[in-house]
Amino acid sequence: MKKFTTTLAASLLGATMLTGAAYAATVAAGDTLAADQTFTYRVLDEHSSVDPQIVEDVSGADIVRDLFEGLMNQDADGNLIPGVATGFTTNDEKNVYTFTLREDAKWSNGEPVTAGDFVYAWRRLVDPATGSPYSWFGELMSIENVGAVMAGEAPLEDLGVTAIDDHTLEVRLTASLPYFALMTTHGSTFPSPQAVIEEHGDAWTNPENIVSNGAYVLTEHVPSELSVRERNPMYWDNENTVIEKVVALVINDENTAFTRWQAGELDRTEVPTGQYPRLSEEYPNEALSFPRLCSYYYTFNLSENGPEAFQDVRVRQALSYALDRSIITDKVLQGGQFQAYTFTPGATAGFEVPSVPYASMTQEDRDAAAVALLADAGYGADNPLTFDMLYNTSEGHKKIAIAMSQMWKQKLGVTAVLANQEWKTFLETRGNQDFQLARGAWCGDYNEASTFLDLLTSESGYNDGKFASDEVDALMNEAKTLTDATANYTRVEQILADEMPVIPVYHYTAVFMLSERVKNWPVENVEQNWYSRDLYIAE
Amino acid sequence: MLNYTFRRILVAIPTLLILIVITFLLMHSAPGGPFTSERPLPPQVLANIEAKYGLNDPLYVQLWEYLKGIVLHFDFGPSFVKKSQTVNDIIAQGFPITLTYGGLSFIFATLIGGTLGVVAAIRQNTFIDYFAVGISIGAQVLPNFVMAPLLVWLFTLTLGWLPGGGWNGGAWPNLVMPVIALATSYMASIARITRSSMLEVLNSNYIRTARAKGLPERTVIMRHALKPSLVPLISYLGVAFVGMITGSVIIDVYFSTGGLGQSFVNSALSRDYSVMMGVTILLGSLTVLFALLADLLYAWVDPKIRY
Repeated sequence: MKKFTTTLAASLLGATMLTGAAYAATVAAGDTLAADQTFTYRVLDEHSSVDPQIVEDVSGADIVRDLFEGLMNQDADGNLIPGVATGFTTNDEKNVYTFTLREDAKWSNGEPVTAGDFVYAWRRLVDPATGSPYSWFGELMSIENVGAVMAGEAPLEDLGVTAIDDHTLEVRLTASLPYFALMTTHGSTFPSPQAVIEEHGDAWTNPENIVSNGAYVLTEHVPSELSVRERNPMYWDNENTVIEKVVALVINDENTAFTRWQAGELDRTEVPTGQYPRLSEEYPNEALSFPRLCSYYYTFNLSENGPEAFQDVRVRQALSYALDRSIITDKVLQGGQFQAYTFTPGATAGFEVPSVPYASMTQEDRDAAAVALLADAGYGADNPLTFDMLYNTSEGHKKIAIAMSQMWKQKLGVTAVLANQEWKTFLETRGNQDFQLARGAWCGDYNEASTFLDLLTSESGYNDGKFASDEVDALMNEAKTLTDATANYTRVEQILADEMPVIPVYHYTAVFMLSERVKNWPVENVEQNWYSRDLYIAE
Repeated sequence: MLNYTFRRILVAIPTLLILIVITFLLMHSAPGGPFTSERPLPPQVLANIEAKYGLNDPLYVQLWEYLKGIVLHFDFGPSFVKKSQTVNDIIAQGFPITLTYGGLSFIFATLIGGTLGVVAAIRQNTFIDYFAVGISIGAQVLPNFVMAPLLVWLFTLTLGWLPGGGWNGGAWPNLVMPVIALATSYMASIARITRSSMLEVLNSNYIRTARAKGLPERTVIMRHALKPSLVPLISYLGVAFVGMITGSVIIDVYFSTGGLGQSFVNSALSRDYSVMMGVTILLGSLTVLFALLADLLYAWVDPKIRY
């Protein structure tokens, strides 16, 4: 088996890439397959949809990844491997990509999967009539004319994606995107069956109507209770698929879910908050913790609505320096999380964590520097610094906020007034810059540093702190055209460490209980893009 | 009586209408909306989606369209969050579940609670009375969020007899724990109310008269005491029944039963306006209906009450 590419950087070098077999469930020597190949796992909430162009939540995306197959897939390490496309070519400017589709790809009704199915799906994604909450992904992919099409100013046919023939798909971009192929592993780019959608409308995703091209088909869906997907005999790599049936059970409460896992009703569930240390001792082979592409931070409001104190870089640095991140990760969270000194998680592909000065200092040195910086800025016993600290209502966020405010109180004599708001209210408040210091978290949309760093460009719609730096903007713009943008990302992280528009707190880990019988779980895939067809159940 | 019933139904219409308008306005005045998310949608995308759901119209137009949909087509609209479902789907799926375990809990709570209460009153200040009061107070201090984990610990983890959750089409092993957990505290209240009202009746003059006539104790209790002692219970049962059949968030969350209680809370948090409205209207209508039924029952048990 030949892996497609090992890292993103490698994928940037070749102009033509083709490979042989895809990654699939490879049964390890010594493992005997269990008679019942059913994988049952817990989902927190009912999925929003299993329509590839509509789905917007992670648990829905997991299901979509089993039901449908896009141009490219990921292997257990997150590397690109062939999906419906056997490979692709790109030009020197990296703005035209041509994918070659395999001839044996079929829909579950036996119809062939063609380039036209992708054209239909991508147009559908950005069609204003679809009203897809993920249509912005089309914009992120920089497909030619996507803006005009989304605005309804240009016909769908103007979108820069063309079926040259049934097995050749050409995509034209307005920007040079070296990592474009990575984006085709995202569910919103998966093909959808035009005839079925036109026949059944919104009901096309019901088990009795749905036609899909992935390794599984949806066979049962009881809203708010469960969904079942079973092996699709039409799938081109069906003979290498082992798991017969996948059941997703909706269980809102993590403690209930854990109890049911203990009772053997589930193969996979999340570790209840704060219980990882205990469970990893009790179930050393089944309690898993591994890095995720997510960053937890607090953002200063640097807009004109923000407090004057935060305009002073020394204040921002002092607050960040005085935060002992090891207390948050080792005492509060206790799930193997990583202390964060950069915005981008170290687990991001092709991202080398740059040496920012305050990361290498000891906490005592940082504390001393923080006291000096704050005094320089003119805050002290006679002029105490007070500000509001906002987070969305949750026990976990509250614990962290209390720990942070206590550290500031003890070390710097700063008073942070805690406030929490229910999620939607919080988003509205933060989006309107109606805060002083607010919690934030970001998970990468694709495995590349720009998915994080773009957030802090002045144009970004997600930059709620309104940090603006011409240099960051220029570096991030330039990064899009470079084969290797590591130097730019390093520089941006250094600027962020100097300017401290946000306080990075920690980088997430995923912690869950996985039954020992389930093999091949892609623990190294930081995006946690897992495919049931790669798993198997051992005895 | 018919006249009264008719008038009450007429009054229910404006009551529900006011409920709808207030809920609608409250819902829309809460910050954020169904499409507010961590990743704010580009304005163009948001505009497209809002246009699709008619959310870009002025509020009064939205309200009017909504009311028209309900009255003309009995259509409560699409869910803004669960994209492939309509509100009618969600209610059609969740309400039977809630009705099943809620109805069973009601029967269970009323029979056991009522019996406990009557027995305790007849045998006042005996061991039986203390035992019955003890059980009902014990059940009262175990609210369902305490009962649920205890039951799971006992029946699922320790004994391995029952599944820890899920609905499974309402199979009995899946029903046992939700029903017990939901019924216990209601049962306790019913027992207490029955006991005290029964005691009051038993000490009244006409019971003394009945006994003086030499009627057997059985006839005194069943024919003369039971019916009047039901009056305070009926007013409680009306409320309790609506409470039980409209679901419990705790039961739904803890046992993953998929009933309406969960949709009610989740839809408010996710600003799924239409689901929130649909469930509220359902709960409101049931409350009005059972309040009416309770009032009609009064007239049956107590001849002094006439409409």
